[in-house]
This record gives sequence, structure tokens and C-alpha cells, in this order.
Amino acid sequence: MTESITVNINGTSYTHDVEPRLLLIHYLREVVGLTGPHIGCETSLCGACTVEFNGKAVKSCAMFAIQADGARILTIEGLAVDGKMHKMQEAFWNEHGLQCGFCTPGMIMTSKQLLERNPNPTEQEIRHGLEGNLCRCTGYQHIVNAVKAAAKVAGV
Amino acid sequence: MATTTITKTEKLVGKRIRRREDPRLITGTATYVDDIKMPGMYYAAILRSPYAAAKIRSIDISKAAALKGVHAVFIGKDTENAGAVPCGASLPGLRVPHHNLLALDRVYLVGHPVAVVVATDRYIARDGCDLIEVDYEPTEAVADPEKAIAPGAPAVHPQWPDNTGFTFHQEGGDVAKAFAEADVIVKQRIVSQRLIPNSMETRGVVADWKAADRSMTLYTSTQAPHLVRSLVAQILGIEENRFRVVAPEVGGGFGAKIQTYAEEILMAFISRKIGKPVKWIESRRENFLCTIHGRGHVDFYEIAAKRDGTITGIKLKIIQDLGAYYTVLTPAIPTLSVLMMPGLYRTPNISADIVGAFTNCTPTDAYRGAGRPEATHGIERMVDMVAAELKMDPAEIRLKNFIRNEEFPFPTATGLVYDTGDYAAPLKKAMEMASYDKLRKEQVEARKQGRFMGIGLCAYGEICAFGPSPATPAGGWESATVKIEPSGQVTVLTGISPHGQGEETTFAQITADELGVGIDDVLVCHGDTALVPYGIGTFGSRSTAVGGTALYYALQELKDKIKKFGAMLLESDDIALANGQCTCNKTGKSIGVKSIAAAAYRAMKLPPGTGPGLVATHFWEPSNFTFPFGAHLVVTEVDAETGDVAIKRYIAVDDCGNILNPLIVDGQVHGGVAQGIGQALWEQAVYDDNGQLVTGEFMDYTMPRAHMMPWIESAHTTTPTPVNPLGVKGVGEAGTIGASPAVVNSVVDALSPLGVRHLDMPLTPEKLWKVISSGRTA
Repeated sequence: MTESITVNINGTSYTHDVEPRLLLIHYLREVVGLTGPHIGCETSLCGACTVEFNGKAVKSCAMFAIQADGARILTIEGLAVDGKMHKMQEAFWNEHGLQCGFCTPGMIMTSKQLLERNPNPTEQEIRHGLEGNLCRCTGYQHIVNAVKAAAKVAGV
Repeated sequence: MATTTITKTEKLVGKRIRRREDPRLITGTATYVDDIKMPGMYYAAILRSPYAAAKIRSIDISKAAALKGVHAVFIGKDTENAGAVPCGASLPGLRVPHHNLLALDRVYLVGHPVAVVVATDRYIARDGCDLIEVDYEPTEAVADPEKAIAPGAPAVHPQWPDNTGFTFHQEGGDVAKAFAEADVIVKQRIVSQRLIPNSMETRGVVADWKAADRSMTLYTSTQAPHLVRSLVAQILGIEENRFRVVAPEVGGGFGAKIQTYAEEILMAFISRKIGKPVKWIESRRENFLCTIHGRGHVDFYEIAAKRDGTITGIKLKIIQDLGAYYTVLTPAIPTLSVLMMPGLYRTPNISADIVGAFTNCTPTDAYRGAGRPEATHGIERMVDMVAAELKMDPAEIRLKNFIRNEEFPFPTATGLVYDTGDYAAPLKKAMEMASYDKLRKEQVEARKQGRFMGIGLCAYGEICAFGPSPATPAGGWESATVKIEPSGQVTVLTGISPHGQGEETTFAQITADELGVGIDDVLVCHGDTALVPYGIGTFGSRSTAVGGTALYYALQELKDKIKKFGAMLLESDDIALANGQCTCNKTGKSIGVKSIAAAAYRAMKLPPGTGPGLVATHFWEPSNFTFPFGAHLVVTEVDAETGDVAIKRYIAVDDCGNILNPLIVDGQVHGGVAQGIGQALWEQAVYDDNGQLVTGEFMDYTMPRAHMMPWIESAHTTTPTPVNPLGVKGVGEAGTIGASPAVVNSVVDALSPLGVRHLDMPLTPEKLWKVISSGRTA
């Protein structure tokens, strides 16, 4: 049994027949071929699969693909515009906000949302804003620095 | 992006340069194992035992095999002759369990693989697992190492009823005399609890057998691709030169990806059997159960000291929780604790015993620090207890017992030779940063107000740059090849296998400086056995100290060849190579490396006795380990009402020798400290009496999150090592080693007015609240 869904992902419209049980993260990775969002736990605890869903950061392992019918999704692959990185990507690069890079796509999507909701966050606000995303490499300090640095840059 | 800049004078080593590996990682375009898709590829899922100990009466796979989309099902008898999971460590009298790829007639840990279902997609593979019927007869299990070696415990392996995998003894000096002549003897049982490494990427394998070529390609999330190749090729009888292992992007390892695991052998076995590529990706639940755990020590310490604080002897008995079988280094890990047991102190008399205890649990093996955090935690807790006994300041007793600067190279009582050190320097620096004397006064005031404020110190040492080959199970050398291409661009091939440590950047810095080329013209490649010369891999803080040194010497050989071509082209014997230019010292005429490269490959004319091309390979064997050190100082306050620990200040002063890239070193320290704080305060693998892992998901196992971490004030002292020409010692594990004793010493100090002398990790709010509550009522 499958159902047809149409989803706008990173500005492109896709229509696919999917099983109702297919997780959104598997749809993005296996069906659409966007492997930027990662699977770290499949239980919505690590945040590596974070994408923007109708403008809000969500953990795509905790949704079904069929829930995305008609939705607008932004993944890490859609963040750079015309080859120019988003300021949060640049900030993660400049501040060494990543080591193995596995949590990074989700971490950047959450950080982007964090600044959209609170353009001038304090250190504690940044830390609490990122508490749904696990990183085992960095100890978070350079990630906090990256979000602070991005906050100082105007625009996207 | 390549640039045309090919010569430069600015040195890059020592600079804070952002990483060259980052663009693919921050744009979501890196390729991890689960991102690999091949035509005709199948997916495997593994059915695992829900029991810690059980007999298997029968397995019925008929329903699974009949499921649409299921291609094949494998059980124990199918893989019985395919070999066992390898252990690379050897000790006298070591009992090595033969751990089959899939269970045969019994299981001995939760997560023990029982069957593999191969299907057209990952969902169907899991459906297939659900349809397999296994008739288990549960038996008694033992999950606690002290209980396991007590008489009457259930045997993990029936042939060894005492559950003892090995015993080990080492001593140096005259420990009996030291204890007979001691003014004080301090004893304590100290636990370094089981931890779960939890790299954010779980393990995963894609195996691709090509029968016509008799060739295997194995993509696997590993820290040691060549080791995987040698072991799996040998186990399955596949020719090593036709066996390619690729470690693509690897999402963290922390020691848990050094091993060669059952799944790597299984997937290669299955791909060869079915003649198709097959992928297995570990779920997080499987990662908790089936990837190695770390630590798992119960230590019994005794310290002998003189009244003036001189530590004269250390006795240590380690009960090492081995788990149910060995992975590649399991039995070797506690021997590292023994080597490190004197810490930074002069103590000439030591005695150590290890009992390796089998339990019905996941195997323990190398987790960030691997034996050294346990040893450091033990000695640094004990030194604090001796100081308390003698009413000395914890800083004073450390300064009194440190090995003196003029005593290096220093032979330790455990048989090591420490290379260089200035052990007082980081401790004094940390105390200065903290305004230590002022802090102690603040503490007096806080105590008057009934607040639990603590100041904790740790002066740590570690063994890095593994290591001289005779002291390392699979060789401790490293390899590098440097190729200057005809265009003048430079390709570096290294035998290390970085997965976050940033050597694509630091090795490019070294190369750019040595050859005088632009960093954008250097590409560092790793992690593919078909591409790079045989190498040992990335673990034990060895990559830069050993792999970087191999690179350094390969570069020197290449420079010699460049100079020969330069001499020929400039028609002079008096040639200097600097900043990417060969210059004739007499005429001042010069020629760039790019032009020399073109000439070396065009080969119209060759220097006498020299072949075409510009390639050099060097295999480097270190003469010793390196011994980084440092001091961490932690200020805490424990909330009397909740037991919650607030880290008010975290100061880390690390001495890792010369620093190639401060940005990367800071990152390594931060990440290490986070894992050490995690152990000190929150993390613990908890098994119930039946051998069920009750902390088997991120919901139950408390990993540090951003809001739980303090700001880390990081600083350095610099004491280069003479062991390698770069003067680098290694920094990957330092933070983890320094953090747990510093935090625990701080919390114990905070609660010392209640008579608290020692607390075992993790110092959860519940544990501390109980201590405070009982202390108040006592």
C-alpha cells in the first residue's frame, strides 16, 4: 500500500508514492537522495536529522513522509544560495564548530532557527536553544561561538 | 578550489587556520557509509538476543525467508566455519573465547547476533527479523565483575567457571619496604564506571564482492581501515591485495571504531555468498548494545606516604569488567592503567594486579583515554586523600611529588621512560588563572554561609603517540606518501584515518611549510587501502605525533629529490631550497617547485642516479611514546536542596608539546573535557541483575548537552618532545583524562565539611542529595 505525496524540498517539487510507514528522514535520504540530514538515533533525541518543515525546525526521524504532503522543506543542502554559504555555515567553519561533522547538518539547521527566533541570544539562550541536538566531539563551546559569530553578521 | 599561488613565505604551522575538510561537512555533501548506494544493493538487519544468557533450543526462519523482498536469511550454522571475532592483544595465560559471528547453541549477552536477514530494503529486513522464531531457554547471568569472580557465580563461558579471563601482575622497586616504613597508608576502593562511547554516527558497513575479480570492497565506519582489511581478509580467506577497505567520512569513533567487529566480517561473508552488495547500518539501540563500552574498573588503591607528603609506594588491584568476549584490544586496556599508575609523581615503588572478569555484558575496549583515565582518576583521587590525611593543600602535595624537570628522561617504576616535562608549570598556571589563594578564602566564606563550594585539582599525565611497535599489538609505526604532481600541486597520502581530528588541515600546514607551496595546492587523502600505503590508523593520540612525523620525513626525502632536479636545472651543486624555490647560492638564480615538477615528469634530462617523478614514501617507527601532561582546576558548587553540581569555573592547562593549529587543539580539549565531565557527573552504563542494559538509549544514558556544559578556559604550556622532529605530543585524549578527577575532587572538596572523603562517579544529583541529606542528619 502506498500513498502519493507532493513535497517542495529546497525549492523543487517532488511527487512520490510512499509507504505510510516511511519516515520522513528515510524519504529525504533514500527516495529524494538528500543525504545531508543524518540519522543518529531514530528516536528524536539527537537532532542529527533536523530539517525545516514549513519554516520550523523539526526532527525528521519523528515524522512520516506522508505528513509532509503539501509541505515546504528545507534541508542543509538547500541552505547555500547560488553557491554562497549561509552565514551560519560560514560561522561553523570559521569557529571550528564541528569535528566529525555528523551532527553538523542538524546543528546548523537548529542554530539558524535559533537566531531567527532570537537574533541576539545570550550564551545561556544559545545553549538552551541547542539542547535538543547532541554533539559528541566539540563540547559545544565552538558551536556556541559560531552562533554568537553568526548573530553579529547581518542578513542571511 | 585550486589557486595559482604556488610559492609563499608565511609559515602556517602554529596558526589558527580553519579546517579544509569543513566545506563538505557544513553543506551536507560528505559521504558517510549510510550515504553509499550501489546498484542491486541489499540491506541487512540483525536479529539479536534479548537475553544475557540463554540456550538456543531452535530457530525457525521459514516465515522470514518466505516474506516478499527477503533475499536470504543466515543463522549460526551458516557462518560456523567463517571464523571468529578477532582479539589482537596477548597476555600470558590469556583465555580467549571463540566468539562466532552468529550465535550457535547459546547466547551470552543481550545483543548477541543470532540471525541476519537480507532484503531489498531496510524496512523489509527488519520485518524479516520480526518473523524469526527463536526458542530460548534463559539461564542465570552475571553482570557485575566483582560478583562474577566470586565463588558460585554463573559461568559466562562454561569452560571457565571462575569467569577469569586473565590475571596480570607487575611491580617495580620495593613496595613492601615502602609500606613497612610509611608514616601513613591511605586505602580506597575507586570505581571507574562502564561508559558508552556513542559516536554520533553509529557503525555501518557496505560490502561489495566481485566474483570475477575475486575482489572485495568493504566500506566501513572505522578508525583503522588497514587493520580491518588484514583481519577480515585473513578470517574469510580473501586475498589481501584484492581486499579494499574504505573508511569514508567517519562520524566519530573515540576508540570504539578501532576494533574489527562481527558485522564487518558478516557483511563481507554475505556479499560473497549472495554475489551482491549488501549494507548494514547499526541502529542507536544496537550501538548501545553491540559496539564496545569503555572503562569498567573496580580499583583497590593503597598509598604509602611520609609525614611530609612524600609518596613512597602505590599498590593497586584492578578488577576489569571484560564483558562476554574480547574485541581487538580488550585485555590490553587495563595494562595501560598499570603503566600510567604513578601519574606525574616520582614514586619508585609500585605493585599492581589485574583480574579480568568475564560478565554477560558488552565487551569493554578502548574508549577515549583507554586505561589512562582510570589510572589518572585513581592516583589523583588518592593524592587528594593523602593530602587530606596529612592536612596538606592538594596543590602542595602535587608540587612536592612531581618528577623534577632535570630528571627527564625519567624511568618510571612501571617501566616507561617519560620524555620531557615541566609538571609544575601547568598547575601553577591554572592556579594563577583561578587566583587560587583568593578562591580558598572565598571557600571559607562560602562554608560559613553553609554553601558547598569546592575547588578540585588534577595534574594528569598520559601515554600518547602509540607507539613503538614492540609495545603495540599491531605495530605502532605510520606511513606517508607525498606526491608532487606534474602541475606542481601536492597530494599527501597518510596511513592515519582521521574522523574529526582535522589532519586534512594540519598535514597540509606541515606540507605547505616544508615545500613552500600554498596550502590550497595540498590535498591530504586517507582512509582507503587502495589509495594509501599500509597504515595503522587514528587512535591513542598518535595521528600527528606518528603520522605527521612519517609525513615530515617523506617531505625531507622529497626535498632532497627536488634539490637534485634544482641543481641540474640551475647547473650548480650549491643549492638551497626555501619557500618553494631552489636557489643557487652562487648566482642567486632560482627556480620554483612547480617548474621543477614539470621537468621531473617531462624527464627530458635527469640528475645522475635519479629517476623521473617527484614521489616519496616514508614509514616511520617511533623510538618511544610521548607523554603529554597538564593540570585542570574546577570550581563547583553543590546545591544543598537538589544535589545538582554547578561548575562555576573550568580551567584546563594542557601541555601537548608544540601546537600545529591552536583552533583544532582547543576543539580537542573541549570535546575531551565534555566526555570527562560526562563521566564525572552523568554517564553510566547500568545493567540489571539479569544482564539487561537499562541505559540503552539516549533517553536513559545522560550524554552532555549544550546547556549542561560549562565554559572551558583553555590555556597551554609548551614542552616539546624530543621523540619526533615536530615536537608534538598529542592532545586527543588529554581533556578526558584530566576532567573526571578534577571534577570529582572539586565535588568531594565541596562536601568535605560533611566528612565526605570519596565518592564514586557519576555524581548524579540523586547521589549527592542523599549524601547531603544523610550528612545533615548525622
